[in-house]
Amino acid sequence: MLALCGHRDYAAEVNVGVSLATLVAAGLLTAQVIDGGALLVLDDQFFVDPLNVFLVALTAFVGFTTSVFSRPYMRLERDRGKMTPGRMRLYHSMYQMFNFTMLVALSTNNLGILWVAMEAATLTTVLLVSVYRTAASLEAAWKYFILCGVGIAQALFGTILLYLAADKVIGGGGGALLWTNLEAVKSQLEPNVMALAFVFLLLGYGTKVGLVPVHNWLPDAHAEGPTPISAVLSGLLLNVALYAVLRCKVLADGALHSHLAGNLMIGFGLLSVVAAAFFLSRQKDIKRMFAYSSIEHMGLMTFAFGLGGPIANFAGLLHMTVHSLIKSAIFFTVGHASQSAHTQIMEKIRGLIKLNPMVGWGLLLGTLAILGMPPFGVFASEFLILTTAMRDLPWATPFLLLALGVAFASIFSRVQEMVFGDTDLKPLEHPPALVPVFVHLALGLMLGLYIPPYLVDWYQQAARMIGG
Amino acid sequence: MHAYLIQSINLFAAVLLLLSFGMLSQRRILTLIHLFTLQGATLVAATAVVAYVTNQHHLYYSAALTLVTKVIVIPILLHRLIHRLNVKWDVETLINIPTTMLIGILLVVFAFNLALPIAQLSSSIVHSTLGIALACVLLSFLMMITRAKAVPQVIGFLSMENGLFFAATAATYGMPMVVEFGIAFDVLVGMFILGVFMFQIREQFDSLDIRHLETLKED
Repeated sequence: MLALCGHRDYAAEVNVGVSLATLVAAGLLTAQVIDGGALLVLDDQFFVDPLNVFLVALTAFVGFTTSVFSRPYMRLERDRGKMTPGRMRLYHSMYQMFNFTMLVALSTNNLGILWVAMEAATLTTVLLVSVYRTAASLEAAWKYFILCGVGIAQALFGTILLYLAADKVIGGGGGALLWTNLEAVKSQLEPNVMALAFVFLLLGYGTKVGLVPVHNWLPDAHAEGPTPISAVLSGLLLNVALYAVLRCKVLADGALHSHLAGNLMIGFGLLSVVAAAFFLSRQKDIKRMFAYSSIEHMGLMTFAFGLGGPIANFAGLLHMTVHSLIKSAIFFTVGHASQSAHTQIMEKIRGLIKLNPMVGWGLLLGTLAILGMPPFGVFASEFLILTTAMRDLPWATPFLLLALGVAFASIFSRVQEMVFGDTDLKPLEHPPALVPVFVHLALGLMLGLYIPPYLVDWYQQAARMIGG
Repeated sequence: MHAYLIQSINLFAAVLLLLSFGMLSQRRILTLIHLFTLQGATLVAATAVVAYVTNQHHLYYSAALTLVTKVIVIPILLHRLIHRLNVKWDVETLINIPTTMLIGILLVVFAFNLALPIAQLSSSIVHSTLGIALACVLLSFLMMITRAKAVPQVIGFLSMENGLFFAATAATYGMPMVVEFGIAFDVLVGMFILGVFMFQIREQFDSLDIRHLETLKED
C-alpha cells in the first residue's frame, strides 16, 4: 500500500498513520482478550492468549513510536543524499511489511505459518538493512541473509520433526501443526523425536534471537542499517524469535518430562550474556556496542526462561517488555546523536548535552536504565532473575554478575564521555522527534516503580502458560 | 507393482544423494545449475511416486509446486543471472575437493546414525530415506561453507531447501498445504532478493567473491 504513495512527502505521515491504526487494533484485541480470555479465529489458524497478546500490544506500540521517530530521521537522510526517492518508497513499504510479518508470527496458531512468517520477516529486514546500498551495508545484509537463512532452515527441520511426532498422536492433515492441538496432547508426544526437534528449533530460532555462537549477523545488521530499523530489530524482532522458542519449549517440556529444554536454554543464555559483555567492551561504533548489549539482554531472558518457574518466567517477560521499550529509546537517541556528529564512532561524538540537552539526557537516562540502575524496570527484572538464579543455580550467579559488571563499566564510561564535555557539532536541520524517547523511558520507569495490578495479573497468567 | 514403486522411491533417494555429492565436487558453474535442476526434477519424481503409492492427493500439489519453482522458475532465473552477470569462471573452493568429499562421507554416516531412531518411529512407507534427506541437507550445508563465490552459495542454500522438502515427504508425507505454499513463496522471494543483491555486490566490489565481504569483524 505504501508503495503507491511512495516517495511523496507525506509517505512518512502515512507510515505513522498505518502504524497508529495497527496500534489501535492491537489495543482493541488486548482489551477483548483481557475480558474474554483466549480466542481462536479464522478456522483455528490464528489465536491469541495472554502470552502473545502482550507481545502483540508491545510490537504494535513500539512499531508506532518508531514510525514517529523515523519521520524526521529519514527526512534528514534523504536531504543528505543517502536515500533516493525509490529507496524511501522501499523503506516505507518494507517497514509495514516487516511489522505485518511480526504480527502474523505472533498471532498464528500454526507452527508452520510461524516459520513462514519468521522467514518473511528476515527477507523484509534484509532489504531494510541494505537500503543505503553501501559496501558495508551490503556485506551486513548478505551475512544476515545467509546466516539467518541457514539458521531458519534448521528450524524448518525441527518443525518437520515436530510434525512427525504430532502425526502419530493427532493424525495427519492441517490440524497436527496447530499449537492449541499440540498443547492438548503434549505429554503423549514421542520424547526422542521432541528432544531432537527442540534442539533444531532452538538453534534455528536462536540464530534470530542472536544467541552466541550464532550471533554474528546481529551487530553488523544493527550497525549498518538505518537507525529506526536497528530499534525495531533489537526491540521487537528478537522478542518474536524468543517467543517462537518459548512456544516450542512448552511442547518439549510436556513431552520430555525432564529439564533438557530448560538446561539447553540456560547454557546458551549464560554463554550469550558472558560473551556479549566482553565483546561489548571492545567496540568503537556506538550502534555495534548497543547491538552487543541486546545480545546480552536476550541471553539473560533466555537464561530466565530456561530456569523456569513462576518467578523466573515473570522476570523474563518483564525484562522482555522493558528491554524493548528502553533499547528502542536508546537507539532513537543514538540515531540523532550520530546524525549530528556525522559518524557512529564513539570517540568523535562529544558534548551531546550542550548540543541538544534532550538528546543528551535521553541517552544518559536510557543507558542508566538499560544497565539495570534502580528505579527503572530493568533493575526489577534483573534482580528477580539473579535471586532466582542464586536459589536454583548458585554457580551461574558469579558469571552473570561479572558480565553485568563488565557491561556496566564499559558502556557507562563511554556514554558519559559522549554526553558531557564540549562540542563543536551543529544542531540538526530537522528537529528530532524526542517524544517517543521519553514516553518509552517513562514507561520503563513506571514498570520499575509500580506495576499496575492488571498487568501483574497478565504477566502471571502468561508465566503460568510457559510453565516450567 | 507396488513393491517396484517403493523401490523406485529408494532409487530416487539414492539419486538425490549422488547429485548432492556431484554438486559438492563440481567446479563449473553451469554444470552446477544443471545438477541443481536435475536434483529438483528427481525430487518431483520421488514426491509424485509417493503420492501415487500412498494416495495422498495433496502431495501431487506439492510435487507440482516443486516442479514450478525448483525445476522451472529458479533455474531460469539462475541462467539469466549468470548470463547477465557474465560469470563463466570455474567455481573456487576454500578446501580442496577430495578433502570436501571425505568430510561429506563422514557427514552422511553421521546423518544416517542420527536419523535411524527417528525413522523407525515414522509410520511412512519410505521412512528409511529420512537418513538420505538429512544427509542431503548436511551436504548442501557443507557446500555453502566451502564455496567462495556468491552464486554457488545460493545454489547450496536452495539445494538445502530441496533436502528439507524431501525430509518432509519421507517422514510425514509432506507438510500441511498452507505451510508448503508459504515456504515456496518465501524461497521464491528470497531468490529474487538474492539476485538483486548480486548485482549490487558486483557494482560495489567488481566481483562476486564473498571474500570481499569480510571487512565487518571484531578488531
